[in-house]
Amino acid sequence: MSGIPHDHYEPKSNAEKWLHRRLPIVSLMYDTLMIPTPKNLNWMWIWGIVLVFCLVMQIITGIILVMHYTPHVDMAFASVEHIMRNVNGGWAIRYIHQNGASLFFIAVYLHIFRGLYYGSYKAPREITWIIGMLIYLMMMGTAFMGYVLPWGQMSFWGATVITGLFGAIPFVGDAIQTWLLGGPAVDNATLNRFLSLHYLLPFVILGLVIVHVWAFHTTGNNNPTGVEVRRTSRKEADADTLPFWPYFVIKDLFALAVILVAFFAIVGFMPNFLGHPDNYIEANPLATPAHIVPEWYFLPFYAILRAFDTEVWLVILVDFLTAGIVDAKFFGVLAMFGAIIVMALAPWLDTSSVRSGRYRPMFKWWFWIFIVNFFVLMWAGAMPAEGIYPYIALIGSAYWFAYFLVILPLLGVIETPLAQPATIEEDFNAHYGKTGGQGGAASPTPAE
Amino acid sequence: MLRKLIVNTALAATLALSSGVAFAAGGERYVENYAFAHEGPFGRFDQTQLQRGLQVYTQVCAACHGLRYVPLRTLSDEGGPGLSEDEVRAYIEQNYIEVYDAELQDWRAATPNDHFPGSAMSNAPDLSLMTKARAGFTGPYGLALNPLFKGMGGSEYVASLLTHYTGSEKEEFGAILYGNETYGGYFAMSPPLWDGAVEYGDGTEATVEQMALDVASFLTWTAEPKLMARKQMGFTAILMLGLLAVMLYLTNKRIWAPVKSRAKGYPAE
Amino acid sequence: MSHAEDQSGDRRDFLYYATAGVGAVTVGAAVWPLVNQMNPSADVQAASQMRVDVGGVAEGTQLTVLFLGKPVFIRRRTADEIAEARAVAISDLVDQDARNPNLGPIEASDENRSMPDYSGENTGEWLVQIGVCTHLGCVPIGDGAGDFGGWFCPCHGSHYDSAGRIRRGPAPENLPIPMASFVDDTTILLG
Repeated sequence: MSGIPHDHYEPKSNAEKWLHRRLPIVSLMYDTLMIPTPKNLNWMWIWGIVLVFCLVMQIITGIILVMHYTPHVDMAFASVEHIMRNVNGGWAIRYIHQNGASLFFIAVYLHIFRGLYYGSYKAPREITWIIGMLIYLMMMGTAFMGYVLPWGQMSFWGATVITGLFGAIPFVGDAIQTWLLGGPAVDNATLNRFLSLHYLLPFVILGLVIVHVWAFHTTGNNNPTGVEVRRTSRKEADADTLPFWPYFVIKDLFALAVILVAFFAIVGFMPNFLGHPDNYIEANPLATPAHIVPEWYFLPFYAILRAFDTEVWLVILVDFLTAGIVDAKFFGVLAMFGAIIVMALAPWLDTSSVRSGRYRPMFKWWFWIFIVNFFVLMWAGAMPAEGIYPYIALIGSAYWFAYFLVILPLLGVIETPLAQPATIEEDFNAHYGKTGGQGGAASPTPAE
Repeated sequence: MLRKLIVNTALAATLALSSGVAFAAGGERYVENYAFAHEGPFGRFDQTQLQRGLQVYTQVCAACHGLRYVPLRTLSDEGGPGLSEDEVRAYIEQNYIEVYDAELQDWRAATPNDHFPGSAMSNAPDLSLMTKARAGFTGPYGLALNPLFKGMGGSEYVASLLTHYTGSEKEEFGAILYGNETYGGYFAMSPPLWDGAVEYGDGTEATVEQMALDVASFLTWTAEPKLMARKQMGFTAILMLGLLAVMLYLTNKRIWAPVKSRAKGYPAE
Repeated sequence: MSHAEDQSGDRRDFLYYATAGVGAVTVGAAVWPLVNQMNPSADVQAASQMRVDVGGVAEGTQLTVLFLGKPVFIRRRTADEIAEARAVAISDLVDQDARNPNLGPIEASDENRSMPDYSGENTGEWLVQIGVCTHLGCVPIGDGAGDFGGWFCPCHGSHYDSAGRIRRGPAPENLPIPMASFVDDTTILLG
């Protein structure tokens, strides 16, 4: 698959040859598992495996939960309690699924940040990046609809507010919202379609993940230097890479085990820490919770949604220019989705000739401000929309857009990058070797 | 129509950034950080306390409130109040617990397989999940550090609510409301406990605080009956995965050793 | 040198096997709850037992209760019915097994089908059986119906005697007896 020269599967026995002529599945698995991988990958390259694990874990626990769950407004909440109290180990499966969503998002954010820092989105990996963004959008949709299923207060009012976003679309908004909900408000029809889609979307994600992996197996992995693997000869390629199995599989599994220790500490000892207490109150269309907040992983975008109120001059200007079609409410919705769209466009907005942030002295600063800003937005999204918080959210939102639309294009022009290593081998040897350079002369001391 | 109105109101409230909605419930809320036996990684329910809490619930709370998600049979479950099956049946009989049977189209005596009755009063919330539906500790400044170190505080909230009436009352729309520091304002539940409101079989003195702690503990069990099993699973999972992590660490190191020694310029092995 | 290499090779193999072993155990421990969750849940298990108050059942009458989706006949037999059932020779029976899981495989005498009371004495007064014809699952008619003074299945004409044993007709087996016992003088625990 990859353009990097490496060993291919050769069927040996007659049985293997027989199968290979008809279905080259062993060959496909071999090439996927033995793919040459840059040997200097650091610990930020583990999140892919963690994400695959999360997807599988969520699908398996989700399939189980559906066996015991009842998608009806009168019974959904009670059926979740049935899972928590009666089903054998149901409480564990439900808590794992619930907190699994958080692990999934922690991993996806770190995975995205890794890509942003090391320029993994840059050519020739744009398709990988775009597919990744689609996966991320699908994850958000899936997580949102899953949160509605327990039919608690936050489920109900979260669904009401978020589907209300579509009502902000000019002219057709009301019709779209009614179509989404299957009625004038969130009700049984909504709950049932959300269950159906919550069950379906993970399999769509699985399909996209396969395409995502296919895409970067075609281009080869990025690595912390951003320097491409040498492909001109087998010898050079071997000096830059190691097969995925066992070197990176074992490394990734070790990281996964460590992460799961932390995960089970949360599931075992504070399973509701990341949730909201109001969701243990059954949905009541007659009483809104005092303070509606989405799950933590939506907070940065929730902050962007709320940041653009009617007092922001940009909103006033756009409102005026569009003759009121784009009002503050719709502007907020556009800003929220726009925030993800500008991120998806990063491959074309970043003008730098250097891929990895490691060799970009100015970029580093702006990147770390971006990360801090992400957490500030998350925090602002959790606070009530009053006092100073909307201003903080506004500044944070402005930086988000400025990072992609202004800073990334400009930096490529004004920044003087540092010297990059010529090869991955050189980087790896410089990190682990004493002599740096090309491996140096053999030392008299044996290795073991 | 009403729903549409509510939906629109909610949208207006959240999207148009109207202020003041967020803290309509009132001002500062005070929650005492009581110590409970079930807290902490090794915390376990105190069975006698659960039994006393059941007594307080039955003799005081159940007059208005319900536990509709809690099956009566679970009173004899492992890790719970630990009543025997005969005691559960006696409990049902003594308290005249009845359920509506849709098949008979009539009320009948409950069996252990039925649930506790629901709330008797429409404005008295069901208590099954109350200790998980209230957060005693939040913040500071939206950073979630308090729940991280003190716990979510649902049990503390319930116990504090019962012990922190201010004593002031006011009348609103013909109903008397009672001031409460934990609620952070006035609400409709009159102070339910007084010293000696119940007589404990085990001789524990029934002070208001004792009863509040006991019933909060019992309600923690109704909300999270598998708490002890959950912590046990946590330990097992952490130990197994920890061991696996160590093994994988060593394996990883061993696999990479030749590669890294080659990088140093040494011959591999 | 080669000796040292062998040793390190052994150590390496051991490490790999041990890691794989720990991994397998961990995966196994994770899989078990995924399988076990499909077993009957606590509410279903609890419903597999039922207490029936038989204090109001007079001699010569039958109480029918629904248990696990099937009718259960609880009959308090008269002395005549008992005597009639006990007079039948085992060799005359179509099905010579008592079909009583409380006792296991045992000959179909009347004593082996009727239920002892709370004191443990088997007077033959109580006969508890699942009211489903062993032919095709109809519910037989009781109160001395049929040619043998017991039950009669109207669907295909199976006749059961006063101990619920099949005597004539297409049904192959005696009416099955559920797991049941007295837990006090007037309460039967089914299941």
